[in-house]
Amino acid sequence: MSKQLTDELTAINFLLAGVGGQGTILASDILAGVGLRMGYDVKKSEVHGMAQRGGSVTSQVRWADRVYSPLIGLGEADFFLAFEKLEALRHIEMLRPGGTVLVNDYAIPPLSVSSGNDVYPDKERIERILSTVTTRYYWVPAIALAESLGNARVNNVVLLGALSHFLPHVPLEAWLESVRERVPQRFTDLNEHAFLIGREKMAGNG
Amino acid sequence: MKRFLSGNEAVAWGAWESGVRVAAAYPGTPSTEILETLAPMPDVYAEWSPNEKVALDVAIGAAYAGSRAMAVMKHVGLNVAADSFFYASMTGLEAGLVIVNADDPFMHSSQNEQDNRRYAKFARVPCLEPTDSQEAHDLVGVALDISEQFDTPVMLRLTTRISHSSSLVELQGTRPPPRQEKPSYRIDTTKYVMVPGNARRRHPVIEERIAKLAEFAETFPYNRMELRDRALGIVSNGVAYQYAREVFPEASLLKLGMTYPVPAKTLRDFASQVQRLIVIEELDPFLEEEIRLLGIPVEGKSIFPICGELDQQVVRECAIKAGLLPPSARIPVVQPDKGQLPPRPPILCPGCPHRGTLYVAKKLGLVVNGDIGCYTLAFQPPLGALHTCGCMGASIGVAHGVAKAGVAQHNVAVLGDSTFFHTGMPALLNVAYNRSNTVTIILDNRTTAMTGHQQHPGTGRTLQGQETVQVEFEALARAMGIQRIHTVDAYDLKAVETALKDCLDADEPAVVIARRECALMPEARQRWMPLQVNDERCNGCGLCFQVGCPAIVKSSEVDAKTGRPKARIDPLLCTGCEVCAQVCARRAILFRHQLAQDKEQQE
Ligand SMILES: Cc1ncc(C[n+]2csc(CCOP(=O)(O)OP(=O)(O)O)c2C)c(N)n1
Repeated sequence: MSKQLTDELTAINFLLAGVGGQGTILASDILAGVGLRMGYDVKKSEVHGMAQRGGSVTSQVRWADRVYSPLIGLGEADFFLAFEKLEALRHIEMLRPGGTVLVNDYAIPPLSVSSGNDVYPDKERIERILSTVTTRYYWVPAIALAESLGNARVNNVVLLGALSHFLPHVPLEAWLESVRERVPQRFTDLNEHAFLIGREKMAGNG
Repeated sequence: MKRFLSGNEAVAWGAWESGVRVAAAYPGTPSTEILETLAPMPDVYAEWSPNEKVALDVAIGAAYAGSRAMAVMKHVGLNVAADSFFYASMTGLEAGLVIVNADDPFMHSSQNEQDNRRYAKFARVPCLEPTDSQEAHDLVGVALDISEQFDTPVMLRLTTRISHSSSLVELQGTRPPPRQEKPSYRIDTTKYVMVPGNARRRHPVIEERIAKLAEFAETFPYNRMELRDRALGIVSNGVAYQYAREVFPEASLLKLGMTYPVPAKTLRDFASQVQRLIVIEELDPFLEEEIRLLGIPVEGKSIFPICGELDQQVVRECAIKAGLLPPSARIPVVQPDKGQLPPRPPILCPGCPHRGTLYVAKKLGLVVNGDIGCYTLAFQPPLGALHTCGCMGASIGVAHGVAKAGVAQHNVAVLGDSTFFHTGMPALLNVAYNRSNTVTIILDNRTTAMTGHQQHPGTGRTLQGQETVQVEFEALARAMGIQRIHTVDAYDLKAVETALKDCLDADEPAVVIARRECALMPEARQRWMPLQVNDERCNGCGLCFQVGCPAIVKSSEVDAKTGRPKARIDPLLCTGCEVCAQVCARRAILFRHQLAQDKEQQE
């Protein structure tokens, strides 16, 4: 796709957060690819190594005319894609007040919870906290939707599909091209379906 | 051609395009992907060496032989390779040598946050620092040119954010054609044999060299002055430059692409043109001290922190506190009262073969002198089965020292297979030689797991996946003079316990090899099979929770008698390693063969 950058396309910061092994890195790669297709300058930052072993992980993608820092500061994320409910709470202050947060309706209890020393926050508490930062929070049943396609692992691409609904200036083809570029060929159909099913799920939301 | 590359990938491309012929490394976050990216490229030899010192010697050898060479390591790897780093600075080389060193501010995956620019100065080696992937790419070739022009090794210093953030890079996509004939080895003993007499002659040479490099730095194009508003002048380097750009778009900036040696005249010139001079740099006040040594008044760490990583948020907040920016520069943030959130530190994966061995060590009440690898994570509750971890290879020496000092409990050394080859071997030799009753447990998961599954001398494969000799721990230990050696399946808790008890009773040097491939290896994944809990047998005793496996979760069902929640196994996470099934006193967790039988009966 050729350079489409216009004055209207202002900088957009994306934060992705989840648990190591959930596929946040693939999702941020796809997101970076979309930004490049749109003619933005793009930077992406992520954590490798130790933190990936079942720990809390984030990656960040920035689209702008010119991006300096590869990181997003507190209150700078325009869109926050949370792959797990507790991780949505953990990083919510990264969101620009009034920004958009999409939360995978999925819990991975940390060890301290399964061993009985901590309590996993209930949905009501999560919503109460999210709503102090923004009214634009949306639950995405990404695991259920991915399972309906026969593979829970593609819930990351379902979430991207859901996100795409909130970026109307980005043509669908830019997303699908970027998905195809990043996933192994034998999984392209599955991932395209995952993307579309997530996108559709959000239809009708603001 | 333009490619979207991480700093690490960009370095690999830069090395390939600038004709690096030999590259050696030992894996270590955040540097690992550099060699993984370079290895499949044509006409370049790349290897995983057993440790960073060997890797650097290999690269130095190649550069002595007249070929461009690169050694890659994480910051603490340079501690291991320091001896070689210093002699290479003394001797110089016959062709370019770049040492790619990745520091880890905030210690995302490390035991300390040492600032290795100190090593550059310590050894009189120039240090280059990129601010993004493009520069990471470009500076490899520049480093090699400098290396050849000044007859010096060059350090290319990355940090985690440079290594693991991606941006667009313009690539050449070509490389100088390979040499047709082998160069003859040039012998020059006064330069390359560092006996005192020769070394005394070399020392003034390297002092003069660094003075010449300081002169060169004045016109070095990656040192760049950007004059804007003169009220504030900022000296910055690496990723901190990006934060400075973002937070102070109007300020004047001096970006240093070479942070050692610094350009004195340029710095004086810059300082004279601005009203207030500050340094924004991560970790140590390195540039700040260099500038102060020139007699130029400057502020840095009185405003910005030494510890941890910077980002635009930290820089902005510190700048507001120091009066460099008005409070209105603050970005609005809502920080809700979240109460205490359950933490989510990294943990041993479901099916990790280390879990069972360490569970047994804990059950036997052993003091565990541990090491660095995935197994380090077993220090946390509920396992709590590892009690020291300092640096790679420390476990065996520390355990030997504990044994020689004498304590009431039994203590053991625990380390991984890759760590054993890295720096464990001389320490085991010491246990055998100086006869302590130290029991060394080698957790042999057939890979370097922590850094993402790299090959090592025990896997029988090279960096490129080619077959090679496979070193056997048993034979090695025997050759070192250890007679009591057991090899057990790490998933078999009884076998682990029997072997350990035999060694603990024996009062002689002993080795237990707990073998089982990492559960994340492709072959292991094929055998994954989630276990199940028999609800009728489980009474919620909670014993299985003590193995600390994330696949075992509390069920919503409560046992009527004990009043405690029963266990449930998350089928998305469980791999079927059966460690929990062996621990369960009520036989409530079904083994694989039981599940298979149940299935047959149903059919
Ligand atoms: C000097 C040094 N080099 C590299 C590293 C990075 N590192 C940490 S653990 C590890 C290897 C772990 O492998 P192994 O001992 O086999 O244990 P595993 O992770 O497979 O359980 C490496 C390379 C380090 N911490 N220190």
